[in-house]
Amino acid sequence: MNSWLQLGQLEIRERQGGTCEANNGFCPDWIADNLHRYVDPFLQHIFLTVVSVAIGFVIAFALALIAHRKRWLLPPLSASAQILYAIPSVALFLLLLPITGRGTVTGLVALVSYTLIFIFVNVTAGLEAVPKESVDAARGMGLTERQLLWRVEVPLALPEIFAGLRIATTTTVGLAALAFFAGAGGLGEEINADKGFQSNIAVAGALAIGLALVLDLLILIVQWLMTPWRRAAAA
Amino acid sequence: MSLVLANVLNDFGGAIEFLFKQQPSQLDPNTEVGGISEMLDLTLKHLALSASAVAIGTAVAIPLGLYLGHHRKGEFAAINASNVGRAIPTLVLLTVFIAYIGVGFVPIMLSLALLALPPVLTNTWVAVTQVERDSVDAARGMGMTDTEIIRQVELPLSLPTIFAGIRVAAVNVVATATIAPLGSVDSLGTPIISGNVYGADGRLGAAIAVSVLTLAVSGALAALQRAVTPEGLKLGAGEPQRRRLPNLRRREAATP
Amino acid sequence: MRSKRSTSERCSADRRSTCAPALRLPLAILSALLLALGLAACGNDDDEGGGGGGSQAASGEQIQKISGAGSKPTITVGSKNFTEQYILGNIYADALSAAGFKVKKSLDLGSEVVAYKALRQGEVDAYPEYTGTALTAFFKVPVQKVPKEKQATFDQVKAETAKEQITALPPTPFENTYRLAMSKELWNKLGKPKTMSDLKGKTEDLKVSGFPECKKRIDCLLGVEQTYGLKFGGFVASEEKYDVIENNSADVIFGFTTDGELTTGKYVTVDDDKTLFPPYNVSLLMRNQTFEEIGPEGQKVIEQVQKPLTEKVMGELNSRVDLDKQEPEKVAKDYLRSEGFIK
Repeated sequence: MNSWLQLGQLEIRERQGGTCEANNGFCPDWIADNLHRYVDPFLQHIFLTVVSVAIGFVIAFALALIAHRKRWLLPPLSASAQILYAIPSVALFLLLLPITGRGTVTGLVALVSYTLIFIFVNVTAGLEAVPKESVDAARGMGLTERQLLWRVEVPLALPEIFAGLRIATTTTVGLAALAFFAGAGGLGEEINADKGFQSNIAVAGALAIGLALVLDLLILIVQWLMTPWRRAAAA
Repeated sequence: MSLVLANVLNDFGGAIEFLFKQQPSQLDPNTEVGGISEMLDLTLKHLALSASAVAIGTAVAIPLGLYLGHHRKGEFAAINASNVGRAIPTLVLLTVFIAYIGVGFVPIMLSLALLALPPVLTNTWVAVTQVERDSVDAARGMGMTDTEIIRQVELPLSLPTIFAGIRVAAVNVVATATIAPLGSVDSLGTPIISGNVYGADGRLGAAIAVSVLTLAVSGALAALQRAVTPEGLKLGAGEPQRRRLPNLRRREAATP
Repeated sequence: MRSKRSTSERCSADRRSTCAPALRLPLAILSALLLALGLAACGNDDDEGGGGGGSQAASGEQIQKISGAGSKPTITVGSKNFTEQYILGNIYADALSAAGFKVKKSLDLGSEVVAYKALRQGEVDAYPEYTGTALTAFFKVPVQKVPKEKQATFDQVKAETAKEQITALPPTPFENTYRLAMSKELWNKLGKPKTMSDLKGKTEDLKVSGFPECKKRIDCLLGVEQTYGLKFGGFVASEEKYDVIENNSADVIFGFTTDGELTTGKYVTVDDDKTLFPPYNVSLLMRNQTFEEIGPEGQKVIEQVQKPLTEKVMGELNSRVDLDKQEPEKVAKDYLRSEGFIK
């Protein structure tokens, strides 16, 4: 056990260095005492993920709808997506620093960019895969282009769209762990502060993975609610 | 506005200069950092690390996927390997190895191999299970053993999809190797992680370099895939639905 | 309700549905963690451990609010990016805060080059710097030419920073300088050397470790090789310090006098008898404008709050962060409370 000696007013502890924390181990006591340190990074992580997926979804969905009608847009947009996908997230965070400065905004810009790829690709694919017969039948019934899109194509593409949303969300949680390179905080900042400390990795890692799984589940629930006809089919 | 642009160009100019010309370190004028030879050296280390990881991950994933797929076993694991893999941030994967196993080439390389495993496993499994039953039955009818069927029928037909999985794995690993220096392993990410020594120019320069490298690897593997895909499979239009795997072409595995 | 089709068919590529991974166990763990997080966030008490010895606190030393401090512009206090700097940054910031100033913390700026640039450009108003580092890094004084004496070094720093409209406040009692450190066993084996000169000829088979840039620095390995004629069997670049001794990657390391690990008694350092290393006391560097705003009373607060910072005390504070894994903010507050500066 550690003993204490008074030197001036501050206690100087006599250490043998054999404590759980000093050995970078997994220390439940330390975790209980220091859990509050993870609150702000965790909230920031949620913020980064949810906001960038929301913004990315809106933009990507709109782009995919436009590209669905104006086919000539598909190759350039897909090519851009390919290129962006190949840029490592750490690199993108750093490349944006001179342009958008250091902070949350830069983190969001990078995360939105990655989200765009997944959602755009999946929405496009979903719309592509709508059976020709359904489209023809709808046209035959006299639906306008807009009605066709919103009443037939999008609903039939929903599973694909949700798949893209789920992929984008879980991936973004992972990428947001590196957002601290842009000065945007998040759980990655805590991890990086003491990467050899098992307790730290355990808590921050569990929170990050747990967040990904929970968000994934939430989207799955929304999908289940929004596609009642598939529920009927499955029953 | 033009001032902002000038600053941006200045920063990037400094970064590019760092890549090509050696310059004194911020921290100590007697040390030289940067320059082509150091960048090439780091690039080689980066590629060596990535290649080893992909090799090991693939060496485990393909046989496993072939075996499980052929016997129609373990579908839950094979399919969800990618889902689970995606839910684990790459930073967490690496730091778990650093904190629980240690730093150095071997632990980091193993963590990257673990990163490479899911895309290859999932793709292999799905590809094998989607080989037409008729072909397999015919082969069995001819008296081939399981191993022969795997090797001579299922594997060749699955190759394009497997290769697609390897491509995804490789790009992920090359991208993630950027943070390998967190575990004391040199790569192109070293100027980024050891920011103090290399300075802001070094960090930005390395960011550019690692992006170019990952793009190059991605493009090279894409070209390679086109080259090895048999003509018959390339003409996908008339093929039955089962052999096209649109979802797997999508970004199912994460860029770190 | 469940579909009769196999998971493979439901999950595979060209079907429209997707599959949920096994969720129950991870969800349970996450719920438990979230519950704990919520409780922790609400019931945040930071009164643990540090206040026990306060019974002898001299309440006369408590920092008094300076009149007019609240109306002065916000002071941004920065720091470099390692433990001791985080603690010092928090101590100075909390002290100024207790004196009534509006304070913002911008710690973890980066290396000294980044920090000093931020100070000169006004991104921060003050940060703690080491006197020896200031001379060699900012004013390009060769290591050999740095004064070997604490006050002379500080005076030169004060003169140089004044040219850039920056004031160097009086230095701390402790200095945080380089020391070669090794395990106690190795120290015994080498014959219990007292100084670096005593190591001559004994280090050929030993591996030495330091920060990557240490190999070529004259105030690190290069200087040790030249001034003491020590030859080592190899150099291991590592961001870790004492861990490399623990896992046998190296035998001797470049440590600092105030390292937390040195308080455990497991390691021994040898003295710099030829004074190769310059003095490294801490001086709070502050922009002139801010210095005028805090006034002589503010300066007194800074001097008062750093007076108890001996090497032993600083080592203790570092240990609390590095070994006990406490937060720098909490350690700084506990220090200020134990010494009676704040309640």
